[in-house]
Amino acid sequence: MSDAPQAPTPAAPIPAAAPAAKPAPAPKAPLPEPKLNAASGRLLTDRFATWPQPIFDSKWSRQGYRNGALMLAGILLGGGLLGALIGELAPWGDALYALVASRAAAAGFAPPAADLAWTLIKVLIVLHVILLNGLWAIWWERKISAHIQSRVGPTYAGGFHGWLQTAIDGIKLLLKEDVTPAAADAPVHALAPAIVVIPCVIAFAPVLFGRELAAASLDVGTLYIFAFAGISVIGVVMAGWASGNKYSLLGGLRAAAQIVSYELPRGFSVVPVLMFAGSLDLAVIARAQEGYWWGVVPRWFAFYPVVGQIAFLIFLIASIAETNRVPFDIPEAESELVSGFHTEYSGMKWSIFFLTEYGYVLLGSFLLATFFLGGGASPLPWTPFTLVPSWLWMLGKAMLMMFVFLWVRWTLPRMRVDQLMDFTWKFLLPWSFANIAIAGLYLAFRLR
Amino acid sequence: MSDAAALPSLKSDQLFINLGPQHPSTHGVLRLGLTLEGELIVKAVPDIGYLHRGTEKLAEVRGYHHCVVLTDRWDYVSAMPNNLVFCLAAEKLMGVKAPARADALRVMTCELNRCASHLLFFGTYGIDVGAFTPFLYAFREREMILDLFEMLCGARLTYNYIRLGGVGMDVSADWLTRAKEFLEYFKPRLDEYDTLLTYNPIFMARTRGVGLVSAAEAVNWGLSGPNLRGSGVNYDVRKHDPYSGYESYDFEVPLGQEGSCWDRYVCRVREMRQSIRIIEQALARLPEGPILAPGVAKVPKPAAGEVYAHVEGSRGDLGIYLVSDGGISPYRMHVRAPSFVNLAMLEEKLAGMKVADVIAVLGSIDIVLGEVDR
Repeated sequence: MSDAPQAPTPAAPIPAAAPAAKPAPAPKAPLPEPKLNAASGRLLTDRFATWPQPIFDSKWSRQGYRNGALMLAGILLGGGLLGALIGELAPWGDALYALVASRAAAAGFAPPAADLAWTLIKVLIVLHVILLNGLWAIWWERKISAHIQSRVGPTYAGGFHGWLQTAIDGIKLLLKEDVTPAAADAPVHALAPAIVVIPCVIAFAPVLFGRELAAASLDVGTLYIFAFAGISVIGVVMAGWASGNKYSLLGGLRAAAQIVSYELPRGFSVVPVLMFAGSLDLAVIARAQEGYWWGVVPRWFAFYPVVGQIAFLIFLIASIAETNRVPFDIPEAESELVSGFHTEYSGMKWSIFFLTEYGYVLLGSFLLATFFLGGGASPLPWTPFTLVPSWLWMLGKAMLMMFVFLWVRWTLPRMRVDQLMDFTWKFLLPWSFANIAIAGLYLAFRLR
Repeated sequence: MSDAAALPSLKSDQLFINLGPQHPSTHGVLRLGLTLEGELIVKAVPDIGYLHRGTEKLAEVRGYHHCVVLTDRWDYVSAMPNNLVFCLAAEKLMGVKAPARADALRVMTCELNRCASHLLFFGTYGIDVGAFTPFLYAFREREMILDLFEMLCGARLTYNYIRLGGVGMDVSADWLTRAKEFLEYFKPRLDEYDTLLTYNPIFMARTRGVGLVSAAEAVNWGLSGPNLRGSGVNYDVRKHDPYSGYESYDFEVPLGQEGSCWDRYVCRVREMRQSIRIIEQALARLPEGPILAPGVAKVPKPAAGEVYAHVEGSRGDLGIYLVSDGGISPYRMHVRAPSFVNLAMLEEKLAGMKVADVIAVLGSIDIVLGEVDR
């Protein structure tokens, strides 16, 4: 081939309008001189370029921080504008219901059929809130934990800050082999993740996503949520028992003791809120917090002097304990029990446990926002803030609370089993009782 | 009695679990056979030997220079003191004295390695009690020390840097700058560690008053290093039997009070500050001159005799007993491995504790299985 000289082809002129004529590539910068180890003469990677900078210089002098701040401001501003354009979601829901009802009527179905279809639609929406929350929360937790730990977290998958990482991990988990250990009680082992995840999904029914925006409006919403959230522990115990693993068994036992114990302060810490609001309905509770003291300070329960802060802290702590997260992660204490009750789970069954954990984190975040941070109410009574719709405020507050969950997890060590029990029975529970008494005094003297 | 009669079918039994050798927090391949009564330990039996490589026996068929390589593998988290203790013993046999510059470099690298080792302890102990973040903070700094070592001798873990009669490579001006830069960076980090973990209320609740070892017990068990000093016994080889010119450095020996896990932990964290002081002094005074003593043969054949040399390793009193019969390799080498001796008290201490405390106590002893099993 090479010894047959190619004849020049003058007869075929390049078309003048050829778009393929690329500009000549810019000359590459010469590679830096390789660094050699002074002692061994071997090639030395420039590790020192990666040494961290002293923390005492101004972070804002760095391009990355400025870009990050700009990006965050852009997201917040853009989100607010977009939300203002969309407006409240409840009217959209009504419109959707009207559409479904009219279609059903046109097709000749009885009105209950339209209601059934509408319920199914709402169920699907809530289900997807939980599923998408899994994708979002895991990515966010990775990023937050990374930045807390002076790392950067996922950066490659999807391009923008590794946003696709969780989705890809989900695909990996779907494709992984689903192992059932030989010693396991197979049916119970397979059933346990379902028992864990189903109550979590059901518990989301009355959760308020904005002003009057919930899948189901229940008079006993608060009680309903606590009742269903408490059922998941059965699945955890089943998982621990059925795995045929001693570590899992210990984890399951610990989980049972812990979750049952923390249900109490969690429930009692909300009682003052219920007393002030006079209802168990989440929408009524949120509505009771609208308005401002002196025209500035929002009338959120978290801002009620003493009683609000105690209730808020107890509820936050108990919520963290309910989700088995650090510092209360003794059921899955990695350094003691390997992975606790889900040691023997793999693939999608394992990820269902994970999904449930983040589902409960989201539930706790929304409940914190509803009970203590005024639900969808704007924190400030002035124009640019009040234009933002309530569902966006709700989401923002819930995400703030979720950040607290993640922040706590990556900062604190784990408590010991007995300390955990002491903490709830000897500290949280008495204080939640005392708080109910304080709330009673407030109501008796009409201080609210 | 009547309760047991009322519940004839309820069978209660003790639970035996294997903690290790494949377990996230046994720091290697230690196996603990735990008999549990609920969450309480009834009996704990440590089982070692999973990492036995017979380095003491191997030394009998290696030349003296080659034995230094073996020493790297005992305590792979801090190999510099291992190198040093063998070289000190062999130098004693041969009657060689390392030059002043080599001594300063030995002190510097050993103290840097002590920092690296204690950083590993700090990080993994955080994980043991459930705090993951300190681990990555500690490894960020440890990486920098390993970078320094790589620049110095090309290796990041098994250095083979300290040689018979001196050290293998001289430091460059660039290295000295980097070392100073690192120390300046490192000092404020120690305060950060204190706020993050040392005085964290949950961490203190987990470790204070747990795994108590009284001073008398510590001495009787033959503990050494931070485990001994955590019980308040002031014994540090660098102070009490100085080597490589440690007597001329100004530093303190941090002591604990009650001998709990927290005291042992705090001793290590405080020791890092003292190590920084020592390194700074060594950097300031680093004398000019040769780095290897003359008179070390390529195939040394020390006269018949036996010596014992010990140094304050990162984990305690690291000693080596070396017997020569005049041949080209040691006739017998025995290592007094501090991890092995410190581990011995575990069996007695663990009974009656909770499972979570096992991890806290084991972590606070800070063993390296490579050194336990050798």
